[in-house]
Amino acid sequence: MKSLFTIAELSSDQIVALLDRAESYTDKRTNELVNVTVATLFMEPSTRTRLSFELAAHRLGAEVVSFAAETSSVSKGESLKDTALTVAALGVDLIVVRHPHAGSPELVAGWTNRPVVNGGDGRRAHPTQTLLDLLTMRQIFGKIDGLTVGIVGDVGNSRVARGLIDALPRMGAGVTLVGPSTFTESAPTDLVQVSHRIDEVIATVDVVYLLRVQKERGAGGGYPSDASYHRRYGLNAARQGLMKPGAVVMHPGPINRGVEIASEVADGDRSVLLHQVRNGVPVRMAVMASLWEGRS
Amino acid sequence: MIVIRGASVLTGSGLTKTDVAIENGVVSRIGSIDPAAADHVVTADGCVLGPGLVDVHVHLREPGQTWKEDIASGTEAAAEGGFTAVVAMPNTEPAIDSAKVTRQVQESAARSARIEVAVAGALTRTRSGLEMADIDGMYRAGVRIFTDDGDSVADPGVLRRLMRYLSDFPDAVIAQHAEDQSIGEGGHLHEGRVSRRLGVVGLPATAETAVIARDLELVAETGCRYHAQHISTARSAELIEQAKSRGLPVTSEVTPHHLSLTDEECSGLDPNVKMYPPLRTRDDVDALREALKNGVIDMIATDHAPHAPDEKGVAFEVAPRGITGLETAFPLGLEALDRDIELLFQRMAIAPAQLAGLSRHGVIPAPGSPANLVLVDPNARWTVEGFRSKSSNSPFVGREMTGRVVATIHEGEFVSGGIQ
Repeated sequence: MKSLFTIAELSSDQIVALLDRAESYTDKRTNELVNVTVATLFMEPSTRTRLSFELAAHRLGAEVVSFAAETSSVSKGESLKDTALTVAALGVDLIVVRHPHAGSPELVAGWTNRPVVNGGDGRRAHPTQTLLDLLTMRQIFGKIDGLTVGIVGDVGNSRVARGLIDALPRMGAGVTLVGPSTFTESAPTDLVQVSHRIDEVIATVDVVYLLRVQKERGAGGGYPSDASYHRRYGLNAARQGLMKPGAVVMHPGPINRGVEIASEVADGDRSVLLHQVRNGVPVRMAVMASLWEGRS
Repeated sequence: MIVIRGASVLTGSGLTKTDVAIENGVVSRIGSIDPAAADHVVTADGCVLGPGLVDVHVHLREPGQTWKEDIASGTEAAAEGGFTAVVAMPNTEPAIDSAKVTRQVQESAARSARIEVAVAGALTRTRSGLEMADIDGMYRAGVRIFTDDGDSVADPGVLRRLMRYLSDFPDAVIAQHAEDQSIGEGGHLHEGRVSRRLGVVGLPATAETAVIARDLELVAETGCRYHAQHISTARSAELIEQAKSRGLPVTSEVTPHHLSLTDEECSGLDPNVKMYPPLRTRDDVDALREALKNGVIDMIATDHAPHAPDEKGVAFEVAPRGITGLETAFPLGLEALDRDIELLFQRMAIAPAQLAGLSRHGVIPAPGSPANLVLVDPNARWTVEGFRSKSSNSPFVGREMTGRVVATIHEGEFVSGGIQ
């Protein structure tokens, strides 16, 4: 593995190995990336992803430089290519890229010849999010094989959903996408079920995975109002009451309280949102350490 | 006198192995010719000689975008690809929307073109889709194909008025780039399994078919000649077929890439497979090939759309649309037509010349006919690499082709291959 662009590139065995490695890093520090410089090149806003990549790099002993579009020459119109070449020329060894356009991480890897981790590209992929979600499920349920997962929301516009839709069926989990047709029509559905009624699904799944309604990716026109979305698909206390014993609520964040999730559910005892966030650091440690080992 | 010996020549009675003499820009004789009488002899065993290819849909980028292409380089590429005439699209900077800009392009072509260049004019001023362009002035300057190519004339009222107006001009035709901007908003490739997997917003087939269906209703009402540009879906071919069976004055074109590639090509997000309309599905490719063979689709047109490497060397979603096509059209057309070379000349020379009103092109060689000819070797195998075009944004680079242009003769002169 030289770079990580999508979860689809990884075999099930590679995924399991990364999850195992991530487990071994939980609350640990190592020296595997001493004398390595990691750059986070974020062309889209991010809080938890960037912070957890940077923490992960620090905990591997790496030096970290941080680059955000709003505070850099990108706001002066510098192209992605020139930005990438500049970062490489400054001596950065490994690059984490987040970008609004699909495929940008591959372009950066090609221009710089450095290992690249995709930190989210457009609607396409966010492989470390997928890994931390898989790790969270495995820790809670002991396994992924046999789980049933309902992914609720703007699945077509979601790179988070796309990663789960690829990985979960391969690892033996059943997936049902839930949302209005305007959201499900642009999602890949070859290996998953689709439902337009959350109440048909809520009582049957082990994981209710809620997605943020992504207005910045054009979802705004796909439903009439936040209130109607909340009524039809939002996870409120009544719906939560229908969930199976032991079933949990997941969400990649950031959440829209009162839209896809009611506040009392977000803060309730089925919510494992912070568990997901905690797993971000060891998962990203595992990915970056593996890439660094596999560099040519 | 130039003599081409031993080729199979497309004549009024089919392919005949014979000699052809060319003098003073015309075919002077067809039959057994003594080579001793010739100034130059081209031995062409195994080759086919027919009317030079004609492309009704080419972006020569003049005026205004000559870093991508210009008339000299674009017609050089066309000659290399076997074309003796091309129609230049008007989505230039500024747009070709007046007699003045039309003449400017014609004068540039007179200076620098290797082959004949016909100019298409915009339907609306600045291609805004709103006010009628200088139709009369452009028509007087020789324009016969009117199009806002690159965009549809979206407003049905504007289009209907244009159809009414143009129906008064003999041989004028509206060529529509069918793309509903609202249905296709934000789309970059065919909406289907590949776009869903990639998470790149798709362009539904209905972005094309909804426009064509609407337009054909207006054609039925106005009687205006209508040409559907670069159709890409099976359903578009069905709509055209229905319109033709109603007797409507409708023609259509398809590109070599829509006859050979599918949206699976987009899996790697290579900007050189990004174009409008997007590559569709295998079912569409099969239906388009069938429609081209049976005449529902009248002609192949390349939609040659050069872009510079820096423009294409970006993420798929921000890359400009379009690929080059002039230098790879012949082998791709031959493959799509199941290697029926006679049908190829019909679809790539005769029909497009008729649409564009190019009476000196697409003419089956006969004594006295204009020597706008192409010599091809249908069985030659070659690998695509390097172009005469200024740009090389082609998905066919590195692919092996069967069928090659050996020489192109424009008004009696070799403009590619042969003796120059």
